[in-house]
Amino acid sequence: MALERSEVEKIAQLARLHVDDGEAEEVAQRISDILDLIDKMQAIDTESIEPLSHPLDAVQRLRPDSVTETDRRDELQRSAPTCEAGLFLVPKVIE
Amino acid sequence: MTGKTIAELSRSLRTGETSSVELTRHYLDRIKRVNSDLNAYITVCEEQALAQAEAADKRLAGGESSPVCGIPLAHKDIFCTRGITTTCGSRMLANFVSPYDATVVEKFNAAGAVTLGKTNMDEFAMGSSNETSYFGPVKNPWDIKRVPGGSSGGSAAAVAADLCVMATGTDTGGSIRQPAAFCGITGFKPSYGRISRFGMIAFASSLDQAGPICKSAEDAAIMMNVMAGLDPRDSTSVDLAVPDYTADLEQPLDGLRIGIPRQHFAAGLNADVEQAIRDGLQEFEKLGASLIDIDLPNNHLSVSAYYVVAPAEASANLSRYDGVRYGYRCENPVDLDDMYKRTRSEGFGDEVKRRILVGTYALSAGFYDAYYRKAQQIRRLIKQDFLNAFEQVDVIVGPTSPHAAFELGAKSDPVAMYLEDIYTIAVNLAGLPGISIPAGFSKGLPVGMHMVAGDFQEARLLNVAHKFQRATDWHLRHPEFNSGEGLS
Repeated sequence: MALERSEVEKIAQLARLHVDDGEAEEVAQRISDILDLIDKMQAIDTESIEPLSHPLDAVQRLRPDSVTETDRRDELQRSAPTCEAGLFLVPKVIE
Repeated sequence: MTGKTIAELSRSLRTGETSSVELTRHYLDRIKRVNSDLNAYITVCEEQALAQAEAADKRLAGGESSPVCGIPLAHKDIFCTRGITTTCGSRMLANFVSPYDATVVEKFNAAGAVTLGKTNMDEFAMGSSNETSYFGPVKNPWDIKRVPGGSSGGSAAAVAADLCVMATGTDTGGSIRQPAAFCGITGFKPSYGRISRFGMIAFASSLDQAGPICKSAEDAAIMMNVMAGLDPRDSTSVDLAVPDYTADLEQPLDGLRIGIPRQHFAAGLNADVEQAIRDGLQEFEKLGASLIDIDLPNNHLSVSAYYVVAPAEASANLSRYDGVRYGYRCENPVDLDDMYKRTRSEGFGDEVKRRILVGTYALSAGFYDAYYRKAQQIRRLIKQDFLNAFEQVDVIVGPTSPHAAFELGAKSDPVAMYLEDIYTIAVNLAGLPGISIPAGFSKGLPVGMHMVAGDFQEARLLNVAHKFQRATDWHLRHPEFNSGEGLS
């Protein structure tokens, strides 16, 4: 299945990735090749097959809704690109 | 002490023949001398390793019983290590220092193992050759013009070149087993949920599983005894008693039923590899096993289904890399959208971006049923194939990879690279345990034999692999690289 350049731009926007004009054609081609590989499964009739989302068909284990973690904000923020007064800094979002 | 196993060194540590500090210095020295040839390690933590070794020697003197106490270990750089950089092979995390240890790391630390460093890998574990790493490719110690396989290529090369005694790896589609095959060592992927994924950087959450990369099935059993078990911090880890994986290693194989999948001996399989596996099967017959032809009729769909499930889950998991809380951030972003896009485009490599795009496409509005749901339905068919087979046989045996290690740069087409994992991927989709062990050579390069068992039959699989290694010496062969000048 061949993807149009405009479709690649749309999914790149959804994924918050930038695709350079110079590489857009190649990216579209590579992804189209991968979709061709994937499309081999369309030949199989799976109408009545229940999807398998977990290899053991297990469901999520729940735990009591109680606090188990202590406050480690300073330590956790040490890896952040920019922080101030315990807050993560990002470019201005409101004028 | 070159080439020794955990089992052997553990005895030497107890008889006082060597100490953990001596052993650790020996390995750090080897790494210093040859890592630049192989690029197996991204980070070496000398100071911490020596401190851990000293502590281990004290514990050993006090009668510590864990067989991994004092043994030098390498962690794939996908496992978070408190205070030591964890890069996941990516520019995105090139400077990331985790504030906590992965459960697997914590368990090895608690048992007294010595962490030598963090091993190279394909970026975010996406690759089958270790060529997608931001830190450069790893070289195969059997032939440094060739790839070590991937994504746990650094761990596999480090074990094969004896730059550590044991290593951790992760396997989402073959990432422990295929590099183990290419590097002539033992690589074991347990059942999904057997080992905690906490602190193991996520790629595809319904497929990812940690496992041992080491020199023998016996060592894999020793490592499993440390790694396996329920973890309240990983809600998908399984609440099932952990057996002593070393207890049944010596069980005889009389009456063992081995399934040989016709689909794994079909077109595309290299003749030398096929011969090595057929010879291995004969060995099993001598050990009392019977061989039964079986079918895995939907195996050919596994790569297709995998390249929906894995990228879809990856696109969701990797959305966390936004340049806000940790990891790389682009210079001078003009606004939030610009920051997200440039951070992610500059921080991720081409293969990671490709998979994010494929996964985003598969999950985008209107396509879910045709892709993700369809792939999950195929996944059920694949699992059912295995369940049917395990009604007739105890283990399934075939090649790990269609051929031995290929040359660096030989596979520039992503789809050709994806097909490398044609025999291993179905096992992840089905959540089963699988192992690759050395079974011969093709033009001087190691060939791996792949064995699969039913859900949580790890002990049986290790027993079968161990008996094969008792009867053969393929796992005792070392690359000439190891015996080079000054390397003994």
